[in-house]
Amino acid sequence: MSAGNVNTEALKHPGINLGEAHGEAHTQAEGVVFGFWVFLMSDFILFGLLFATYATMVDHTAGGPGPKALFDLKSISIETFALLLSSFTFGMASLNLKHGERRKPIILWLLATLMLGLIFLGLELHDFSSMIDKGAGPWRSGFLSAFFGLVPLHGLHVATASLWLIVMLVQMGVFGLTPRVKTRLLRLGLFWHFLDIIWVGIFSIVYLAGLS
Amino acid sequence: MKRNDAQYHYDLRIYQWGLGLALLLTAIPFALVAFHGAPPSVLLWMIGVLGLIQVIVHFRFFLHIDLSSQKREDLHLILFTVLLLVIMAGGTIWIMHNLAERMMAS
Amino acid sequence: MTASDLWHLVFGRLGLQSLPFWDMIQHPTPSHIINGIIATGAAAVVVIGALVTVFLITKYRKWGVLWSDWLTSVDHKKIGIMYIVLAFVMLARALIEALLIRTQQADGLNGGFLSADHFAQLFSTHGTIMIFFMAMPFLIGLINFVMPQQIGARDVSFPMMNSISLGLTAAGAALVMVSLVLGKFETGGWTAYPPYTEAAFNPGPGVDYWIWAIALSSIGTTMTGINFAVTIYKKRAPGMTLFRMPLFTWTALCTAILMIFAMPPLTAVSLMLALDRYLDFHFFTNGMGGNMMNFANLFWLFGHPEVYILILPAFGVYSEVFSTFSGKRLYGYTSLVYATMAIAVLSFTVWLHHFFTMGQSANINAVFGLLTMIIGIPTGVKIYDWLLTMYQGRVRFTVPLIYALAFSVLFVLGGLSGVLLANPSIDFQVHNSLFLVAHFHNMLIPGLLFGMLAGYHFWFPKAFGFRLDERWGRLSAYLWISGFILAFFPLYALGLMGMTRRTVSYFDPAYTPWMLVAEVGALVLTAALTTLVIQLIVSIRERKANAVPVGDPWDGRSLEWAIAAPSPEWNFPVIPTVTDRDPFAVAKAQHTAYQSPPAYEDITLPTNSAMGMIICVVGGLLGFALVWHMWWLAILSALAVPVAVIAKSFDTRTEKVIPAAEVRQQHQAWLAQARQETPISRQLETSPDNHGLADNTIAEAST
Ligand code: HEM
Ligand SMILES: [Cu+2]
Repeated sequence: MSAGNVNTEALKHPGINLGEAHGEAHTQAEGVVFGFWVFLMSDFILFGLLFATYATMVDHTAGGPGPKALFDLKSISIETFALLLSSFTFGMASLNLKHGERRKPIILWLLATLMLGLIFLGLELHDFSSMIDKGAGPWRSGFLSAFFGLVPLHGLHVATASLWLIVMLVQMGVFGLTPRVKTRLLRLGLFWHFLDIIWVGIFSIVYLAGLS
Repeated sequence: MKRNDAQYHYDLRIYQWGLGLALLLTAIPFALVAFHGAPPSVLLWMIGVLGLIQVIVHFRFFLHIDLSSQKREDLHLILFTVLLLVIMAGGTIWIMHNLAERMMAS
Repeated sequence: MTASDLWHLVFGRLGLQSLPFWDMIQHPTPSHIINGIIATGAAAVVVIGALVTVFLITKYRKWGVLWSDWLTSVDHKKIGIMYIVLAFVMLARALIEALLIRTQQADGLNGGFLSADHFAQLFSTHGTIMIFFMAMPFLIGLINFVMPQQIGARDVSFPMMNSISLGLTAAGAALVMVSLVLGKFETGGWTAYPPYTEAAFNPGPGVDYWIWAIALSSIGTTMTGINFAVTIYKKRAPGMTLFRMPLFTWTALCTAILMIFAMPPLTAVSLMLALDRYLDFHFFTNGMGGNMMNFANLFWLFGHPEVYILILPAFGVYSEVFSTFSGKRLYGYTSLVYATMAIAVLSFTVWLHHFFTMGQSANINAVFGLLTMIIGIPTGVKIYDWLLTMYQGRVRFTVPLIYALAFSVLFVLGGLSGVLLANPSIDFQVHNSLFLVAHFHNMLIPGLLFGMLAGYHFWFPKAFGFRLDERWGRLSAYLWISGFILAFFPLYALGLMGMTRRTVSYFDPAYTPWMLVAEVGALVLTAALTTLVIQLIVSIRERKANAVPVGDPWDGRSLEWAIAAPSPEWNFPVIPTVTDRDPFAVAKAQHTAYQSPPAYEDITLPTNSAMGMIICVVGGLLGFALVWHMWWLAILSALAVPVAVIAKSFDTRTEKVIPAAEVRQQHQAWLAQARQETPISRQLETSPDNHGLADNTIAEAST
């Protein structure tokens, strides 16, 4: 990147900042992380619309089962705990990325994050399949369509993030902590934390409100 | 690279606070729902408010968005997005609810 | 397994009945034969057109050039040009369809020659193409080409993603083209409202073509929006503060923001309809708790901001054109910027005016009606600013200015009809009538289309190094303007007389005379497009005489005119420092233009990448496979996307370096040429004497 292009006054971006010590990675991060942040906001709108659609369709059960008959508070709370904890473990990985050059702690924290993400996905898939076993698939009613439009979309995002995480683990092995790898980890971190925020919406609006 | 211990501990503290608050703000509504701790209408409000607070906690402690001027750009972006979300989602709920009342009431 | 099972496994529901002439052979009635011949003719044009293109490329051995200089290029200028080529191809198709629609209706008293189904396909593809595959590629192409040069950057922030966006848009366009040959397109209009478009009523491939074309292009456009916004935020030259940006760049920024936030509803709504159709969901079905009204709601959450996505870049072009061809600074720059921002925000608050008649309470209608009228205010401010820009200027009637003048009159008329429609009680009378069709064409043709054509004439020399022929250009402009008036003003009357839109035939003879006038208008518009083609051919032939290598044919004001034409690959040999609005005009006035920089540096540019093409092909195949239920192909192509992305993420050779010596050599050669040329006065602007150097602009002592 040529020197003239850099706006020196605004070398900051959302998420944890690497800091001056990281030189090139820190400068590069500005544009790409900002771009990723904008993408997240666009995705936010997508989720918002599905939330709104869900809110207008909760009562459209068409004689089929409603929230109370379907949602299981226990498994939701384990899923929630796994996701919240995974945000923290990813935070620890970012912290080590910022404050050290050693790969090992980063890799360990990322592996912990991945495990938590996979636990979440496994439990969620189990929830879905037990709903479908009860005859409560998306084809049953408008309400269930809205549910299966919204919640699995979040799950799909988590699955994507997990795949991305695996790719990053490989890249850390292949390339080491190059500036490109660092900025990608920063973006993955944003994505991960963002999905937690969406999940707060889901457990509040879909599950807790549905069960109360 | 020389490790800046003070900064490290500060950053660590932020994540710890984030986790603690998030767990707390999750546990309360879950418990309320599990033990029917409040009448449904109050409960809905509490879930909503606690959820909102938790969202802010995530933005502050995990995504490091704050009011410092260097991050204004991002804060503006978030606030603009929230404004649009309120318009779009709120408008959708308003319009659809009105239509349902007028046309689908059985 | 029987042969037919095997066929279905491989080709899904594709079959002989998908061919355009099958109906005609099965049921050889006169009506089927006429419709069959038209459909087959259209398919033949697509197939033969594709074959001829392939043949010509092979004959002249251009595959290599096409691949390495264009398709895999991530240069924003080339990507922009490819977008605009796509837009012109699609414009030709959609315009021919419009002519057919018009001819059917001119002949439509008690019948006509087209079947209702065929007619419905025509207006659906016309609308879909004009919006998504003509207007959008045109404005995205123009922004791509111009904006980085205006802000003094070497490329957009994410060049490879730019090429992927183009690939996704092209894949969507290709699906619409394929629908001419295999199967039929959707018949529910460009809006594709359910429940009519649900599987229960429309099980065929038509709606699916619409869904996947829209989904692909909407994802591409979201990425474009992100790319443009980040570029404008992060890649401006030093000193180019937001309030020193040219107005076109401002409109590009606002359009980009609208794309980022208004495309998600479209992506959502098209995929939700897909879930309904493919997986038996009930978002919009009649029964089982579906709610089709939410489709209209979500669609217009996208749809209204979309019309501002379409119009804002045109406003940007007009701003540049009015000030350049009046030889003056833009009047009311700040108010224009604030008006643009106000329009962008307000555009998210009015979507309900597209369905005033759906049944919500009068209070809600009133709120949205008022908000709609408010948008008229900033738009009015802009018109005054442009008029005042011309006031006391030395106005030159070049082709772009002719379009701009026509715009300023006609757009106001269209706006007035819009304010009428914003009143719910009036809208109830003319909703879905030809009055509405007249209104939105009145905004889109003088607004968007003329704006794009003005921009095409204005920046063509910058892209290719020679001017477009002025005489054919004027003829074409006058034909577009008069054709538009003839084709659409009658529709206002027809709408008030009660004629509804999307009507294949009618029984009231009073409509016929107006319809005939509109038909003449459509013919004139076809002639207008033809003259544009002729103009291009003539201009290419005379490119030597019309060359403007120094790069400033119109005495331009912003940075893109300060470099050679065609622009060097790296745009700026040295990134300029900006101290004022209209930096190049200022430099010329202060005699600081065309100077050697103290030093040259190596320039890093992104390398070519095949990702855009890969995503284009894979995305197109995915859409095609889903339309025809070829599940194996759908799965394979869906898997290919992440595989390609991951594989690419391991590629580290993404940048190349241009040595300073090469940059110096090219720049010095160009400067030498600039010093040799005679600067010409504005009277000679459209003559062959114009080599791209405007009068007395060379710094006397620049060496
Ligand atoms: C250039 C000459 C054009 C002609 C002669 C033309 C003509 C027509 C006609 C006859 C219709 C059908 C009206 C009906 O439903 O009864 C139509 C619909 C439409 N046109 Fe155009 N048009 C032109 C340009 C454009 C442009 C530039 C755009 C957009 C950028 C556009 C967008 C549309 C849309 C969205 C529809 C609605 C399609 C639907 O009903 O779903 N048209 N046009
Ligand atoms: Cu509108």
